[in-house]
Amino acid sequence: MSYEIEAGEGMVVLDAVREIQRTLAGDLAVRWNCKAAKCGSCGAEVNGKPRLMCKTRLDELPEGQPVRVEPLRAFPIVRDLVADVSWNYEVNKRIPPFTPREDVEWRMGQRDVDRISEFRKCIECFLCQDVCHVLRDHDLKARYFGPRFMIRIASLEMHPLDALDRRDLLVHEAGLGLCNITKCCGEVCPEHIKITDNGIIPLKERVVDRFYDPLPIVGRRLRRPRG
Amino acid sequence: MEDYETHEHDVVVIGAGGAGLRAAIEASACGARTALICKSLLGKAHTVMAEGGIAAALGNVDDRDDWRTHFQDTLFGGKYLNNWRMAEIHAKEAPDRVRELERWGGVFDRTPDGRMSQRAFGGHTYKRLVHIGDRTGLELIRTLQDTGVHRGIDVFMECTVTRLLKEGDRVCGAFGYRRAAGDFVVFKARSIVLATGGIGKCYRITSNSWEYTGDGHALGYHAGAELVDMEFVQFHPTGMIWPPGVVGLLVTEAVRGEGGILRNGEGERFMERYDPRRMELSTRDVVARAIYTEVREGRGSPRGGVFLDVSHLPAAVVKRKLPSMYEQFRELAGVDITREPMEIWPTCHYAMGGISVDPETGASCVPGLYAVGECSGGMHGANRLGGNSLSDLLVFGKRAGEGAARHAEEAPPPEADDAQISEAADQMLGYLAGAGDANPYRLHEELQSTMHEHVGIFRDREGLLRAAEQLDELARRAEHVRIGSGGRAYNPGWHHCQELQNLIVCARAVTQAALRREESRGAHSRLDFPAYDQYWSRHNLVVRKGREGMEVEPRPVASVTELAPLVAERKAAEAAALAAVPDEIEIGP
Repeated sequence: MSYEIEAGEGMVVLDAVREIQRTLAGDLAVRWNCKAAKCGSCGAEVNGKPRLMCKTRLDELPEGQPVRVEPLRAFPIVRDLVADVSWNYEVNKRIPPFTPREDVEWRMGQRDVDRISEFRKCIECFLCQDVCHVLRDHDLKARYFGPRFMIRIASLEMHPLDALDRRDLLVHEAGLGLCNITKCCGEVCPEHIKITDNGIIPLKERVVDRFYDPLPIVGRRLRRPRG
Repeated sequence: MEDYETHEHDVVVIGAGGAGLRAAIEASACGARTALICKSLLGKAHTVMAEGGIAAALGNVDDRDDWRTHFQDTLFGGKYLNNWRMAEIHAKEAPDRVRELERWGGVFDRTPDGRMSQRAFGGHTYKRLVHIGDRTGLELIRTLQDTGVHRGIDVFMECTVTRLLKEGDRVCGAFGYRRAAGDFVVFKARSIVLATGGIGKCYRITSNSWEYTGDGHALGYHAGAELVDMEFVQFHPTGMIWPPGVVGLLVTEAVRGEGGILRNGEGERFMERYDPRRMELSTRDVVARAIYTEVREGRGSPRGGVFLDVSHLPAAVVKRKLPSMYEQFRELAGVDITREPMEIWPTCHYAMGGISVDPETGASCVPGLYAVGECSGGMHGANRLGGNSLSDLLVFGKRAGEGAARHAEEAPPPEADDAQISEAADQMLGYLAGAGDANPYRLHEELQSTMHEHVGIFRDREGLLRAAEQLDELARRAEHVRIGSGGRAYNPGWHHCQELQNLIVCARAVTQAALRREESRGAHSRLDFPAYDQYWSRHNLVVRKGREGMEVEPRPVASVTELAPLVAERKAAEAAALAAVPDEIEIGP
């Protein structure tokens, strides 16, 4: 469907879509909420790139050409620009939540906070999920949780006061091994989270320590009580 | 009548922001079968926007702080119209609720010795706001969301409730539709908790998100609940002005908390003339009126606002403490706040008014109906302090969840009435049928214009009467609002026809209450009644649905005898401080 509207100064794609809704197509299905790039509701593919519509200025797009706005193609479409992102919510339920260590004095350093704060900035816009080729092109939703949930798991594993070890989950359910460090996820993240470098690679290193690195494995076997 | 989905629960919570999530978690913990319904996707409620922090008298940064001062600050901010018991409970219980949030995985900035850090904020005597950068709301809602999904709560995302169902006096359920396919759904419940947030979409310039159409206020009103303090609408002093698409977007008070300075078009630090003691960290109503006055008297910035400046702070500090402000201005307005000032203007931000509730349990006057968070009223009085909303959500979210669960234990099994369900369905279907030509978006814009012109920061009798007339006319035309295309599958135009009705109820309630309160206090400023009034110092206004229509009635402020000494102490201290500063205009209550 094609619409023509007048672009105003400083307008973003979402402004244009809402103008279409207001004047030309009152039933245009679009999901949005805060219009301030904080809620992560208005993800769409603008000229083929996963973007937040409220943060994509019209004047940064090629002048004189129509702007193509499509729903997030890695997910089933509900209608018009609205995708069904419910799969993501199902995945979250499979991740054991924060479980505090018992009998420990509740102190944390600012550096520990800063490390996981980068991950906890995630607004669940699912643009990274949309762009990840493992989910999008290879349709491996049954085997890979996706970059957003690698970040969620990283924020838990790197919390100094969390008591659980999610490395089994990472290897056997979350499909950490399926990520081949293409790094498209980090490129589309509106919060500029370094998903691969700061989240996924450290998780891979921790998994290697536990499952694959021969020295620590031998060390653990030697230390294990016999009998 | 077409087929519809039916669900039965002990407690149904409508709205999944901080308050709704906390209530659902508590109800479930008390053993109630709990449902959580939200219009948007889970975790994307307006709570995500909160930037300042959670106010709690932990005393981590200043050990002089305790609940008594927090209580006094809250009452001073609310200009003594608050429900005293709510303010007391809030001050006493906020510290526990925040510590609990940490134990659920919430992560906040630290003091040098590893405890939660707290920052200064307008109206708070001591550094009291627990925070993580400038994204505390996101942290709060995400922590509650990630906890909530493992507590056996049934979540219904993108589902909108249009009407509460009643059995005699008490509520017994809710009628709504699934946004995706437009199918109808009925929730049977022994207790219902309204947690739908505020009414900001009644105004043209607002920081509030798409969701804030006053649904809970309207649902409660129609079900017989009382709305209190509706005239008090908070205009946050600092919203963006440019570009047009971001008008109203919030610039957090934390900017001022971290040392930001306000200047008018002439470069003067004008707060000196309005509140020399607190300056930029005065209460929001005072700062908003100051900005409005500066511009009206011709000392505004080029685009008709004033300047907020942090360029005197080290750039590294700005980027670490206010990262999303830095981003927001850079991305959306092309302004580098470490080098240039921001242009700002007041924006409709928060509704102090809402459903009147019992301070201990969150119960409204309708049996089985509870309300919590921004859609409830009384806690904040005539003006809310920054940081007091996030703490409000946690403290009363827990209490309302508990209250609703206890009530459900005693309540009879809910029976849904077919006649009410049919009526609710017909109302929704009517927006698609028929030849009416009223466009819901245009009517909404007209409503926003009316409120902006006549029921904004400064009000007067003539303007309020005009607003009331215009709203009556709008209500008549809204009876014929239609969306002629698209059918029922994810049709926002169809949804908006109902939201418009809710907005009209809220707009009328604000206007009628504003007309009735003939004084200026907190966020309510009457140009024709600029001083405090003795009678209104002691009364709140209650709005309810009567036989003939909307009724407005005064009610004495809910004070508490045991707390009177604390209040008297604060009033005396404020009077002494005013007496020490000559030429100050403010007249104390």
